Amino acid sequence: MLKYLAARLLTFVPTFIGVTLISFAFIRVLPGDPIIVMAGERGLSEERYAELSEQFGFDRPMYVQFWEYLTGVLHGDLGNSFVTKRPVWDEFFALFPATLELSVCAMIFAILLGLPAGVIAAVNRGKFFDRTLMSTALVGYSMPIFWWALLLIIVFSGNLGWTPVSGRIDLLYYFPDASGFMLYDALASGQSGAFKSAVRHLILPTIVLGTIPLAVIARQTRSAMLEVLGEDYIRTARAKGMSPGRINGIHALRNALIPVVTVIGLSVGTLLAGAILTETIFSWPGIGKWMVDSIFRRDYPVVQGGLLLIAVMVMVVNLTVDVLYGIINPKIRKR
Amino acid sequence: MGEVSIAETSQRPGRLWEFWYYFRENRGAVFGFYIFVAFAFCAAFGPWLALYDPTEQFRNNTLQPPVWSEGGSWAFPLGTDPLGRDMLSRLVAGARYSFFVGVVVVTIAASGGILIGLLSGFAPKWLDSIIMRIMDIILAFPSLLLALVLVAILGPSLTNAMVAIAIVLQPHYVRLTRASVLAERQKDYVTSARVVGAGLPRLMFITVLPNCLAPIIVQGALSFSTAILDAAALGFLGMGAQPPTPEWGTMLAEAREFILRAWWVVTFPGLAILVTVLAINLMGDGLRDALDPKLKRS
Repeated sequence: MLKYLAARLLTFVPTFIGVTLISFAFIRVLPGDPIIVMAGERGLSEERYAELSEQFGFDRPMYVQFWEYLTGVLHGDLGNSFVTKRPVWDEFFALFPATLELSVCAMIFAILLGLPAGVIAAVNRGKFFDRTLMSTALVGYSMPIFWWALLLIIVFSGNLGWTPVSGRIDLLYYFPDASGFMLYDALASGQSGAFKSAVRHLILPTIVLGTIPLAVIARQTRSAMLEVLGEDYIRTARAKGMSPGRINGIHALRNALIPVVTVIGLSVGTLLAGAILTETIFSWPGIGKWMVDSIFRRDYPVVQGGLLLIAVMVMVVNLTVDVLYGIINPKIRKR
Repeated sequence: MGEVSIAETSQRPGRLWEFWYYFRENRGAVFGFYIFVAFAFCAAFGPWLALYDPTEQFRNNTLQPPVWSEGGSWAFPLGTDPLGRDMLSRLVAGARYSFFVGVVVVTIAASGGILIGLLSGFAPKWLDSIIMRIMDIILAFPSLLLALVLVAILGPSLTNAMVAIAIVLQPHYVRLTRASVLAERQKDYVTSARVVGAGLPRLMFITVLPNCLAPIIVQGALSFSTAILDAAALGFLGMGAQPPTPEWGTMLAEAREFILRAWWVVTFPGLAILVTVLAINLMGDGLRDALDPKLKRS
């Protein structure tokens, strides 16, 4: 096990350096001189240009710049945003809870509906339930979520007036964001109606972001369950006269969960990609919207730093899933 | 001459027929196939099918609802957009862009990915490791985000969006090809081909590659739909095709501010994306069942 862990960690290092190199390279390849962009419409003199160029290190050789960037990254220094002048690191972690809150809610939504749907479909294989559920799952899987979001807004916000269209909470309420998680902060503030407002703002983004993971989990659960239900020990359990509920719920599902958990872990990348669209549509102040805005504002340090942090996050989660999978399933370690 | 053609016709339909036999079993896949054919037809003959030019503006008929709603007319069956352009004509014209995106992206990603994957499967261990690490690096970025940043670098346009999506989808082909190659390389027929004196290129492309194609074809169908979705998403974010191009994602972006006033300008482009992607995914499921020898009921 230790050897497996060491081998996995060893491949992490070159990938990390590569990811850093790519996000570093982007800022140098992007069209438009970053210093001229920073100066804005006022323009700047040649002396000032040289001065700034020196200050940001753009006049030095590429490899020196990269080395400094890499050491900076390892010290938690990702540079400052051109627009707000604040450190990228601080901005990222100020906005991160919003994305995390939304992603966790979306994932809970997807698991709560996806797991039972997959189990029900597998148990009723080939019957009406199975076909309906799996067709629905395929529609969900094929869904352009930006359109799905607009449809939900038309129906639930426009026609029915049930949910708000954007933001995290009504402007009526004000309290310091102690943890950054709106649900918790709203509850902790003790203002009546604040929590309810936060929940109402969360519903549509959660459904939109959770739709594709929901479809993937339902499909994966079904196929994993079907595989397990064909095993000998299930037949034994049936022969012993165990109730179908107990067989499906305990014996089969527990073993079917292994690949499902992997899929859940690996969909972090999908969630973050979905967050870009979902947050943009619902004006959700998280990482996804921040990245899109920064790309449009040509705020290079933010794009560079955000890209790196997101990639590292995906890598860490994938590594964790791999290692956990190795612990659950010893067959993997041997390879 | 006559004999040759008989020999050919007796062999080729055999395989195709076998494929169709298994594909047909899956009714959803056949349904998806028909929709896909209709989609391809629109893409090929769009300009002759559409009632109007997709950019022609009828200034007296802006935001006219579809024919079955109050105020609709047969002149514009699916209504008009805020600039008075016919929705149906724009949707038909949009099929061509989406089809083009799918074809180009899959061609670039698959040919590049297969080549790198073959190379990686046959290469010495150090080169293989380097290639796989590079693929890991690309896969570490969420695909849409990477495509978005790439397009920001290259400049927003449909061509650049296609290039970016192809780069992002490439690693999947590399991994898939490499895995199949590694499995096939162990087999006796490859060893015997080598013993007989087949050179490396022959081994790679003629002996091994044809036996690795089944999963790659399935991946091709799936990435066709991913490409259409991602291109539409980029268009929606303003980083894909630029207005007034009738690309479906771009049409949605233009329609956003009218969502509460004119549901049809938002509903139809998205429905077109969904139906197309769904049809291709249905086909992909059928392809997998038909091509995977393990699942064939022999």
